[in-house]
Amino acid sequence: MMKKLSLFLAVLVLLPLLAVPAWAQELDYSEMDLDYYTRYRGQGRSINVYNWGEYISDGSDDSLNVNKAFEELTGIKVVYSTFDTNESLYAKLKTGGSSYDVIIPSDYMIARMIEEGMLLPLDLGNIPNFATHINPRYKDQSYDPGNRYSVPYTWGTVGLIYNAAMVDENDAIDSWGYLWDPIYADNMLMFSNSKDAFGVAFKLLGYPINAESREQLDRATELLKEQKPLLQAYVMDEIFDKMTGGEAALAPYYAGDAVTMMEDNPDLRFVVPKEGSNIFTDAMCVPKEAKNKELAEMYINFMLEPEVGLANIEYIGYSTPNDRVYELLDDETKNDPVRYPDQELLDSCEYFVNLPPDLAAYMDEKWTELLSADERYSRMLMPLVMLGCVIATIALNTARAVRKARLGTGKEPIL
Amino acid sequence: MKFRYASIPYLIWSAVFVLVPLGLVAVFAFTTQTGTFTIDNIARVSSYTPVFMRSVWLAILATAICLCIGYPLAYLMSRMSGVSQRTMVMLIMLPMWINFLLRTYAWMTLLENNGVINTVLRALGFGTVRMINTQGAVVLGMVYNYLPFMILPLYSIMTKIDDRVIEAAQDLGANPLTVFSRVIFPLSVPGISTGVTMVFVPAISTFIISRMLGGGSNMLIGDLIDAQFLGNAYNPNLGAAISMVLMVFILLVMSIFNQFDDSEEREGMLI
Repeated sequence: MMKKLSLFLAVLVLLPLLAVPAWAQELDYSEMDLDYYTRYRGQGRSINVYNWGEYISDGSDDSLNVNKAFEELTGIKVVYSTFDTNESLYAKLKTGGSSYDVIIPSDYMIARMIEEGMLLPLDLGNIPNFATHINPRYKDQSYDPGNRYSVPYTWGTVGLIYNAAMVDENDAIDSWGYLWDPIYADNMLMFSNSKDAFGVAFKLLGYPINAESREQLDRATELLKEQKPLLQAYVMDEIFDKMTGGEAALAPYYAGDAVTMMEDNPDLRFVVPKEGSNIFTDAMCVPKEAKNKELAEMYINFMLEPEVGLANIEYIGYSTPNDRVYELLDDETKNDPVRYPDQELLDSCEYFVNLPPDLAAYMDEKWTELLSADERYSRMLMPLVMLGCVIATIALNTARAVRKARLGTGKEPIL
Repeated sequence: MKFRYASIPYLIWSAVFVLVPLGLVAVFAFTTQTGTFTIDNIARVSSYTPVFMRSVWLAILATAICLCIGYPLAYLMSRMSGVSQRTMVMLIMLPMWINFLLRTYAWMTLLENNGVINTVLRALGFGTVRMINTQGAVVLGMVYNYLPFMILPLYSIMTKIDDRVIEAAQDLGANPLTVFSRVIFPLSVPGISTGVTMVFVPAISTFIISRMLGGGSNMLIGDLIDAQFLGNAYNPNLGAAISMVLMVFILLVMSIFNQFDDSEEREGMLI
């Protein structure tokens, strides 16, 4: 057994050696302000970067390794780790013990973090690329007026992904209403997170995308309940497999991910419905616990460098708020209505903001009600079941004690 | 008695990583987000009764199926020759080398409407059977993932049943049914108890299986707790309250179950 185990371990240890080293692209530093980037060289400093998974060009598939390029240029070591939801990022910062220097949350989470004083105001003078490179359309948004705390990294819209081979060719899919069309019953997927799912319902009802009252939430819940029997499933990342595999005809999702799916299945189309939709931005921020604010700002500035931004955006597939990066894109991407829709369409899209706590809690309650609506139980059932368990335990114990007492010490074999 | 000192590191370990977190769960469950005392969180748990009942029912179902499959298999295994036994144990452990998520993901591909099973069924002219996104698929996922935890404790108890005991029963005129009900079954009760615990507890608190195989609309307690900590709902206090109620519930169920086990020798027992 030991032999087998050690063989297994040996294979495990050797595996990474088998991976073929990728010949990563080199970055051209000549256009950059070298005095600015090299001022911390030789001091052996490092920064902690916390980003979404698969959300930076990392050197795989011949791409540029952005973090490595930054290390080579500045001599600052990048300690890089990833998170998978805005909420897990929030939880990590809230519980403390971490000291990240750069984080990249989404708009509504930035708003929440600003409200709760979890971010440091940025010194934009230290991020010169912000003023010159970022398109004014993505500056000064509702989640962070005046960009005091955040510098946009990527943006995107939410829309409908559909499989042209599976929908009626006479249907011009252009409305959220198709997600309620019985023709596509059992052929549709829906967001399995409350914020995005309610966003769809709000837009179809003609409400603003951020709930304003309990009545609006009630009305949207009714709508979502009507939709539930028509749905195949509530999904998040499982959508990639299901849409590219032709498992469903219609689903709402993020534009950047739609691009990835369309590469795998040419039948897929993406449209931002006429009722309007959600536009989101992921932006770079410095949390309050950061120990190297100036280094963090240097990193943020580096991410805005045209070539770096280009490598990232080509790797991720989302849209860039950076004009210098946009200029470098090929014409096909620049004119892609999925990634860079026209202004009129973008005007119909809204950002999520941080909901007031009572509405957020109510939304969560309604969402759980929606997902568990098919059964009705009395609220007293749980306590009653537990009480039943306690009584049963006591009864069984007593019964056994009585039986033992009757049979003597219980040491003789009883069979 | 010198060996008692050897347990000190373990005691420290469990104090730091078991008792302290449990205490924190209790503190969170009884406070609001601003830190004042409240029992509102616990009271709110009752509004999730449908989710609780569904989790309990599906976990019971999965445990029962695991027992029905695992018991005969464990018995047959324990009566095999040494080499076959080791091979069988190896085969049972084999899927566990692969990540739990990957295995569940693979079931998704198998069960889908355009998945492997349905493609074969269609080719044979049976038409499409709806399998994914049902409660049945969730139970299947639980049974598949937790079956080894039922088989292994049963097997390790049953290998201890001496063949001579069974032979003695047969020599004394017991028919196969009597041998089973009077000899084999009573001797295997500790294994059943451990196996049931090891399947029921993870099954009732699972969270990813229902999302991947149940289509998200078969929400279980695990999903509910997950949503409180890592989802949009973000409310760790409510999450802690739900976890605590779940913990108490599991303890109660386990304590009832342990009452059925009368044996004085608690060899190989988990609780």
